[in-house]
Amino acid sequence: MYTQALNASQSDELTGEDAAKISRFEARVAAEERIEANDWMPAAYRKTLTRQISQHAHSEIVGMLPEGNWLTRAPTLRRKAALLAKVQDECGHGLYLYAAAETLGTSREELVDQMLSGKAKYSSIFNYPTLTWADIGTIGWLVDGAAIMNQIPLCRCSYGPYARAMIRVCKEESFHQRQGYEIMVTLSRGTPEQKAMAQGALDRWWWPCLMMFGPPDQQSQHGDQSTRWKIKRFSNDDLRQKFIDATVPQARYLDLKIPDDNLRWNEATGHWDYGDIDWQEFNNVLAGNGPCNRDRLAARRKAHDEGAWVREAALAYAEKQKRKTTAAA
Amino acid sequence: MTVQNISLWEVFIRSRNGLAHKHVGSLHAADAALALRAARDIYTRRGEGLSIWVVPSNAIIASDPADKEMLFEPAMSKIYRHPTFYDVPDEVGHM
Repeated sequence: MYTQALNASQSDELTGEDAAKISRFEARVAAEERIEANDWMPAAYRKTLTRQISQHAHSEIVGMLPEGNWLTRAPTLRRKAALLAKVQDECGHGLYLYAAAETLGTSREELVDQMLSGKAKYSSIFNYPTLTWADIGTIGWLVDGAAIMNQIPLCRCSYGPYARAMIRVCKEESFHQRQGYEIMVTLSRGTPEQKAMAQGALDRWWWPCLMMFGPPDQQSQHGDQSTRWKIKRFSNDDLRQKFIDATVPQARYLDLKIPDDNLRWNEATGHWDYGDIDWQEFNNVLAGNGPCNRDRLAARRKAHDEGAWVREAALAYAEKQKRKTTAAA
Repeated sequence: MTVQNISLWEVFIRSRNGLAHKHVGSLHAADAALALRAARDIYTRRGEGLSIWVVPSNAIIASDPADKEMLFEPAMSKIYRHPTFYDVPDEVGHM
């Protein structure tokens, strides 16, 4: 999902750590106890979580860019206010998540640098462009819908600070999906041009949204340990299926066609069967060659660099106030 | 200039009068005034609070999880500190 790159990396080894400590830790996790920041944890657990939570945070921050693109062009004041609130929420979600990641011992500055240098990844989905207003509806409906599928189980993640951040995020995310679907309802009941715009957006976003859940289970190498440590509760394919099953009726209601000729209801399994996903495209986007990868990173770097004077001024002011207080005392 | 790290603050929010301030998370800010403003933006976008406390994270002294048994185990065995430990005849009614 927001941490797809984790699936592709080699598994971490548990070496040089006290076996007794590890087994006590695993027993606590197995008993559904939450692990807190000051508790002992295996180095690999710390490392996996730092990467997962920070990638999730980067995704929220980069995720503001495709939607921010439409803030000044929203069709009505109502839509503009909602979009502004949503983008502000994404920023807030990024900040909750950075704070959770920092409890594992890596500083905010270091985490942000890893994203700006391109070393840390963010979700592939934010490397696609938002070409029309219907893309904003589709992002809320599908991208946030997929995110909710993924994030609800994370509310029960074994690491306390992450689980608590996810609870806050999930509470706010529901508005995002509903406002997106409302846009889609309006467009699909609108003029033929508006309906075509909605269909066009669905055509472009459907497959990238399915890719958000990460590689198929037989290729995912991080799954096992993350599942045992209760960081991950459902497999990529399970979540993807759940998302498709929930979304098909919503698309039907809009009278829009999901761009998959192999989409069929399977009476035996009680699920929708779907066509092959183009994993070549997914790997390409992840490797930095999606339609907007360079733009997104350039925009983040520019914002970071141009905001440097604000951070410096705030620190200088704080320093000056401190000196004044000391002098007065 | 080398930019120093911006310090960390813990945020506590009172959701309504009559309730205690509760820890909701943390944030980075250069000073107390900015920390308060950031806390308002990050943690109270939907009317979650009536009052905010921000505390420098490094001002919090925490117990060590390794001391858990030494600190808390003694209380576990003292069940006579709970009202249910004592038998009161049914005829006496609620007490």
